[in-house]
Amino acid sequence: MRATMQPFSALSLLKRGLSGQRGWAAQWRSPEPKAAYDAVIVGGGGHGLGAAYYLASEHALGSIAVLEKGWIGGGNTGRNTTVIRSNYLFDESAALYDHSVKLWEGLSQTLNYNVMFSQRGVLMLAHTVHDMQVSKRHVHANRAAGVDNEWLTPEEAKAFCPPLNIGDVRYPVLGAALQRRGGTARHDAVAWGYARAADALGVDIIENCAVTGIRRNTDGSVAGVETTRGPISTRRVGVSAAGHSSVVMKMAGVELPLESYPLQALVSEPVKPVFPCVVMSNTIHAYISQSDKGELVIGAGTDAYTTYTQRGGLHISSHALEAVCELFPMFRRLRMLRNWGGIVDVTPDRSPIIARTPVPGLYVNCGWGTGGFKATPGAAHVFAWTIARDEPHPINAPFTLERFRDGNLIDEAAAAAVAH
Amino acid sequence: MTQGFRTVSGGRIDRARVLRFSFDGHAYAGVAGDTLASALLANGVHLLGRSFKYHRPRGLLAAGSEEPSALVAVRRDAARYTPNLRATQVELYEGLEAHSQNRWPSLALDFGAVNDLLSPFIPAGFYYKTFMWPRRAWRWLYEPRIRAAAGLGRAPTQPDPDRYASRYAHCDVLVVGAGPAGLAAAAAAVGAGARVILCDEQNELGGSLLSDSSRAAPVIDGRPAARWLDDTLADLAARQVTLLPRTTAFGYFPHNLVALNERLTDHLAIPAALAPRERQWQVRAREVVLATGAIERPLVFPGNDRPGIMLAAAARTWLNRYGVLPGTRAVVVTASDAAYEAALDLQQAGLAIAMIAEVRDAVPAGLADLTRAAGIPVLTGATVLGTSGRRRVQAIRLARIRHGAVSEPKTLRCDLVLMSGGFTPSVHLFSQSRGTLAWDDAVQAFLPAVLAERARSAGACRGVFELARVRSDGAAAGAAAAREATAPGREGVCPAGALGRSVAAAAAGSAEELAGARGFAGALPQPQRARGKAFVDWQNDVTTRDLALATREGFRSIEHIKRYTTTGMATDQGKTSNLNALGVVSGTLGKAIPDMGLTTFRMPYTPVTFGSFAGSARGDLFDPVRTTPMHSWAVKNGAVFEDVGLWKRARHFPCPGEDLHRAVNRECLTVRNACGIFDASTLGKIEVVGKDAVTFMNRLYTNAWSSLAVGRCRYGVLLRDDGFVYDDGVVARMAEDRFHVTTTTGGAPRVLALMEDYLQTEWPDLGVWLTSTTEQWAVIAVQGPTARPVLESLVDIDMSAAAMPHMSVAVGHICGVPMRLFRVSFSGELGFEVNVPADFGAAVWEAISEAGQAHGITPYGTETMHVLRAEKGYIIVGQDTDGTVTPEDAGLGWAIGKNKPDFLGKRSLQRPAMTSADRRQLVGLLTVDPATVLDEGAQVMLEPAAPVPTRPIGHVTSSYYSATLGRSIALALIGGGRSRSGQTLYVPMPQGDVPVQVASPVFYDPKGERLNA
Amino acid sequence: MLLIQCPYCGERPEPEFVYGGQAHIARPQPSAELSDQEWTNFLYRRNNTRGAHAERWRHTHGCGRFFNALRDTTTDHFLATYKLSEPPPRPPAESAE
Repeated sequence: MRATMQPFSALSLLKRGLSGQRGWAAQWRSPEPKAAYDAVIVGGGGHGLGAAYYLASEHALGSIAVLEKGWIGGGNTGRNTTVIRSNYLFDESAALYDHSVKLWEGLSQTLNYNVMFSQRGVLMLAHTVHDMQVSKRHVHANRAAGVDNEWLTPEEAKAFCPPLNIGDVRYPVLGAALQRRGGTARHDAVAWGYARAADALGVDIIENCAVTGIRRNTDGSVAGVETTRGPISTRRVGVSAAGHSSVVMKMAGVELPLESYPLQALVSEPVKPVFPCVVMSNTIHAYISQSDKGELVIGAGTDAYTTYTQRGGLHISSHALEAVCELFPMFRRLRMLRNWGGIVDVTPDRSPIIARTPVPGLYVNCGWGTGGFKATPGAAHVFAWTIARDEPHPINAPFTLERFRDGNLIDEAAAAAVAH
Repeated sequence: MTQGFRTVSGGRIDRARVLRFSFDGHAYAGVAGDTLASALLANGVHLLGRSFKYHRPRGLLAAGSEEPSALVAVRRDAARYTPNLRATQVELYEGLEAHSQNRWPSLALDFGAVNDLLSPFIPAGFYYKTFMWPRRAWRWLYEPRIRAAAGLGRAPTQPDPDRYASRYAHCDVLVVGAGPAGLAAAAAAVGAGARVILCDEQNELGGSLLSDSSRAAPVIDGRPAARWLDDTLADLAARQVTLLPRTTAFGYFPHNLVALNERLTDHLAIPAALAPRERQWQVRAREVVLATGAIERPLVFPGNDRPGIMLAAAARTWLNRYGVLPGTRAVVVTASDAAYEAALDLQQAGLAIAMIAEVRDAVPAGLADLTRAAGIPVLTGATVLGTSGRRRVQAIRLARIRHGAVSEPKTLRCDLVLMSGGFTPSVHLFSQSRGTLAWDDAVQAFLPAVLAERARSAGACRGVFELARVRSDGAAAGAAAAREATAPGREGVCPAGALGRSVAAAAAGSAEELAGARGFAGALPQPQRARGKAFVDWQNDVTTRDLALATREGFRSIEHIKRYTTTGMATDQGKTSNLNALGVVSGTLGKAIPDMGLTTFRMPYTPVTFGSFAGSARGDLFDPVRTTPMHSWAVKNGAVFEDVGLWKRARHFPCPGEDLHRAVNRECLTVRNACGIFDASTLGKIEVVGKDAVTFMNRLYTNAWSSLAVGRCRYGVLLRDDGFVYDDGVVARMAEDRFHVTTTTGGAPRVLALMEDYLQTEWPDLGVWLTSTTEQWAVIAVQGPTARPVLESLVDIDMSAAAMPHMSVAVGHICGVPMRLFRVSFSGELGFEVNVPADFGAAVWEAISEAGQAHGITPYGTETMHVLRAEKGYIIVGQDTDGTVTPEDAGLGWAIGKNKPDFLGKRSLQRPAMTSADRRQLVGLLTVDPATVLDEGAQVMLEPAAPVPTRPIGHVTSSYYSATLGRSIALALIGGGRSRSGQTLYVPMPQGDVPVQVASPVFYDPKGERLNA
Repeated sequence: MLLIQCPYCGERPEPEFVYGGQAHIARPQPSAELSDQEWTNFLYRRNNTRGAHAERWRHTHGCGRFFNALRDTTTDHFLATYKLSEPPPRPPAESAE
């Protein structure tokens, strides 16, 4: 086990720069899988790597492996628009996402890896009277929950985001809710930062290792996993496999109320700084920010049908661009550089499941829909707790599988009900 | 304005048509047929840009859309400013104004070049390792500086006034790429009777034929290639082939949908005022032929990025197509045969060829003869140790390397270096179609292997390079595509069933052909302590050292290496760099290229203007605007509108000087004391008809419908099967087998969809027909104590309370027009809703308004409607309910048919959480201070000055000032609310906690006396 | 934008259709007799198949009819579309990972 990692700092860059940056070691090892671990995390995205990191750093769980069927961070962690916010309506959601924002705020320092968390502010536009009612409800609920969120007039919104077209639009901007602590981060760095820090604590990160089965003891509890690189014994398996969670959990006979939909995003060619924050509009379906590299990062909606192809329809990304061009007509001449799709796993109430399962020793963190990236540190943190203690952290206690049976839904989307 | 590097003849330009243009404020001249790039080269200008990270001087690497370095902004006027265009694709026009980017203060003197000196300390991914202390400095110090340094051009600052068009098209065969393979494919396909579309990204169709020299012009069908090209294009046009130049196929989507971007006006000096700038085509093709060619690879050696160092094929294009000499004295570095053609062409045009440095150990025999005859010295087994020259290459250091030992080093003076690492087949679209690629050892490239769509590749994009074979490959693909597309019995574009055929192998090329094109991927061999940066990705400044660092730091997957170093992620998306990056990493890791995998090809092939995706969807065309038959009357009478879904609804009708609140107060009082007229046409209306209509309604809505008599109405509640309130509305029984169902404005389409779903899929045995009548009926609500006298004079039916009690419906005429008259009220006053055919809506509205004058009638809008209904405690689904509310929560328990065996959502209402006593229930709230109006959405607390965080016990759903009651009122969903009557609660507002008292949600006329008047 | 073979109208582009979720889930009637878990399964449990997925579509902006389809969710290619009254065709070998 490596007790330390090579520190990252301006000084270390300078020092190694004098010798051609030759002194750097691998950020994480490529170990062969061992025969047994105390805990195995299935899925090497930010959530899985983060869970492994917190299991090792806060729960001293002994030996831990992360199994990734491809390369780490290659799923939704590396395919999203990196928006981070916690201005959710329900207390349960706000607590979870705000736990995450608080961890984001110190994550670069915790991991000694610059994840470029930039609290640029997230502006959510209201275009109708109904939008205003919903937005103000969020503002009031968030303030009661201790989550920053404030209401801006159209003029204040324009001052905060000068390119915004508030008047000459099919749906004029009537106001906006602003969460100043919201923002963006660098997605790849989150996966790599957790991987490097977990590896330094002895976690084995095993890429190109797909789980093909979950072995059970006669009492039904988890005995281990079958993988493309051989069987691994373990008593605890945490599944954090996003769009593929249904497939993995079925190996243990656990049915999840999930459906996997394609979600697209796109970027423009890079331009000099022109866009200061994140802007989202639920009514006309756009969200947009500018990356540190200068690309405008634009999120589109999901397609209507379930699929595993990681690709959506042209009309979906076109619609996102219609909305962006309507709100920011000076961006019409910019050009789409790259468009990509991910698979998002959606639950009936669009809130995640972070919970124990009917199979002892099997835990699941899934159902993030379009919101998984922002929750990475918080979800990983409480998921690690749940795995280590075999009971949920108070923050994820409401996010059970059983809530669908009992009717304790946490339905953010329904709460933003369509106008009448 | 000399064009000193223009040849006297040759090329596809018109020397007689001189075009003036400017670059960074300097005036130049070019000629018709030039691109900005060729015109600048003709003027001897090679410094066109600065690189992204190190701000190194850059010229032109390529002559086509793959150009990574020469990015410029073109400005037509303040609003028409387009950054990041490749100079090689900007067609010259009179007066063109272009600017270089990412430099300060000027292109020649760029202070950003200090980064080049700092480069030892800012390797790939350096930003992940630093800028972390102090914590807050990232947001306020480091990040703004990084951002300012990043980015390429600047974004336009004014709204784009240009228009963009879109078009759908169908064809039998879409041919992408109009080089020799594509032309042959199109000719063969149209010859076989297919409808064909042929597109090409260049301004002229012809592909590689456009760059052929007169020195060794190929002969096709007994004609010089240029003649053959003209003849072929004329022939295709005559046979109704849709020919689309300047049209890039940029995306390949499922089921043979290919998206094209056609550029229509950017090449014109003065575009027609309303002409669209670009057109996006979505082509659904039965069969697709991909003839997308191949892109030459640069060679990777130290200092390979100076202006004047370019691809050999590019130099050939400058000379043969544009009549431009790209230098005076050239050195050629090559690992493929194609560069020899370029050397010979340039020599014939008068350039000195100082040497051909051949990377391979031997020169193919035929070429050896030619170079000997031309007197060009050749160094085989060569490598490049470095180059020199500040803003233009001045010299190159060549040597041989054997087993790490350097021999025969020599430095040659030159102002032009041509390089060729062979050709990379353009498999982008094939890969986008989800076709599988496989490494081909003979061609040393990834080639199409397994099909995922009905597509064929032909020519260089599948490793066929020799002209005659390219043409026959194209012709065969075109003929086969036409045959399949027009085969009898073919079921549409996308017959059901799995694809996954393997690609038919191309006829094997000769050994010479393969050896000649194979080339080299990776970095040229260097001595142990090599100096200088060897670039792999020009635009993103990724060097071999960056790739080595990434592998040293443990990145193994090519996707990781790409993301860590950013290689291949620039605006050229790795067209010239991806295979070299693979080659370099493969060398470092000792792993064969095919074992490393490929990064995914994504749409778009080249960048595509946002506006062309948005098309005409802007302003009023962004979403359709729905208006009611009475809309223009409302406009004329000063209504202020709000958006409700797609509808424009009149929110209020202010008199001069009135704001929203004063207008609403007046409208409310008028309705309460006299009469108001309200446009309710947007309400959804569904006619449910058939012998089983009542059974259907019973199964759907919570209410019991069997007991509803013909001629009577009932308020209906619709749940989804999850038990939450989905919609509501008044339902009238017009006949035993006919219901007139109304829905909320926003709910109309989804209620109908839900009804169709259950009817078709669950209960197909029921004899029921559903028809949306939302737009068939104009609905005019007349509400208030004088409503009856207003209407009585206009209708032919008995409206007395006895004949038409509250919640009844009658059929008759108003002003002679057929009418369904509902006696219903959403205001709490005596009320009627007049339904007339939509075409008569405006006229009937005006007649009622006029008749109402004597009775004090006023038009009122949605805001007044909201206040009036809130005074009565009537809910609005979607405002007072939110998708988490059960009928019991909303106080609608009375609307549940207790004895019905089932209805949608019934079972869900029995789940544990749905019956809990502390669920949020709808109550009224009265502020202790009657003047305070709560925010809608405000949270409700048990105690004042609750600490943060405190879990609220509820929230305000509706809140208004009620002029009728002379005080504010609010509706709220409160945990266990109905048991809290009279309790004081607290609502935190910006001005502080507001004490409120829990009350009944019915604030006005609780006994309903006015309603039943 | 998929191209979908409506069994009544023929091939039409996706925007004419509305996706209706997994097919062949009958609503249990009367619902009152089901356990909470059985009812929850009806409401929420979905196969989320990776491979040949039986699903419902409605040709909303066409004939208005619901029909079923078998689509490979790893490629989005339709293996078959069929009327509600018809039994599902046998998928080719179940593809799973």
